[in-house]
Amino acid sequence: MTNKVKFEFAAIPENAALARVVVAAFITPLDPSVGEISDIKTAVSEAVTNAIIHGYNGNGNGNETAVTISMHNVSRQIHIEVSDSGVGIENIASAMEPLFTTKPEMERSGLGFTVMESFMDTVEVTSRPNEGTTIKMVKQLAGER
Amino acid sequence: MQININGKVLFATLDGELDYHMAEKFRTQLDAAFEKSACRHILLDMSDVSFMDSSGIGMVIGRYKKAELRGGRLVLAGMSESLAKLYEMSGLSKIVSRAATNEAAISMLGGPLV
Ligand SMILES: Nc1ncnc2c1ncn2[C@@H]1O[C@H](COP(=O)(O)OP(=O)(O)O)[C@@H](O)[C@H]1O
Ligand SMILES: [Mg+2]
Repeated sequence: MTNKVKFEFAAIPENAALARVVVAAFITPLDPSVGEISDIKTAVSEAVTNAIIHGYNGNGNGNETAVTISMHNVSRQIHIEVSDSGVGIENIASAMEPLFTTKPEMERSGLGFTVMESFMDTVEVTSRPNEGTTIKMVKQLAGER
Repeated sequence: MQININGKVLFATLDGELDYHMAEKFRTQLDAAFEKSACRHILLDMSDVSFMDSSGIGMVIGRYKKAELRGGRLVLAGMSESLAKLYEMSGLSKIVSRAATNEAAISMLGGPLV
């Protein structure tokens, strides 16, 4: 079975929970393990939170900002893309370093990318300053149970 | 979230999903209660927390630092398997201790206080 979903939402912190629910509902028909669902929800939560608080600097009110999630599956391989049209990332390599954060005053742990990389099979970042950021993540679900 | 003072321990029961949005709410409430109290330690009961991401880790480390300033510690109790996985992989396990139950956490913090 192949399926795809694309959706867009305002860049406000409350919407990270909504994004997790939609992504979990998308993969549920493939009968993933509890651990796989939790890994994917956590990685999506990291990417979406980053779009909201870094991409749009926490100013994501109402209609002016949007985070887009587009996902599809190739058999049991899940592809998820999270994009924003925010400030972008100057230096992607250093942003992805464990513990690196540009907002230490906000109690950021700097572990978002580390979590995405450890919970997903691949994580690819494309970003341009002042244009936005896209995170592409792939995870292969274990064989049918 | 429910907060109780038990001697030198501020005991908070968290619930729901510990993401950025909820971490901000918990942080405000915990800091207000801790500052007002004479507690040294913080015990977070995580057994009703169904989800946590790195924003939750940041919130926990921040409260750990507050306790440390008073010569105290922070202990996490009752984490689910998925929370425990994040706790280990993030390195939070190196600075914050973990207990299976609230009772075990209380005794790690110096035993029941009357
Ligand atoms: N969507 C984004 N837009 C702009 N900057 C980003 C985005 N995602 C991540 N970043 C940058 O990468 C850094 C590291 O991200 P992360 O590992 O999630 O840590 P944290 O969110 O705790 O700062 C952020 O501090 C920020 O500077
Ligand atoms: Mg982050």
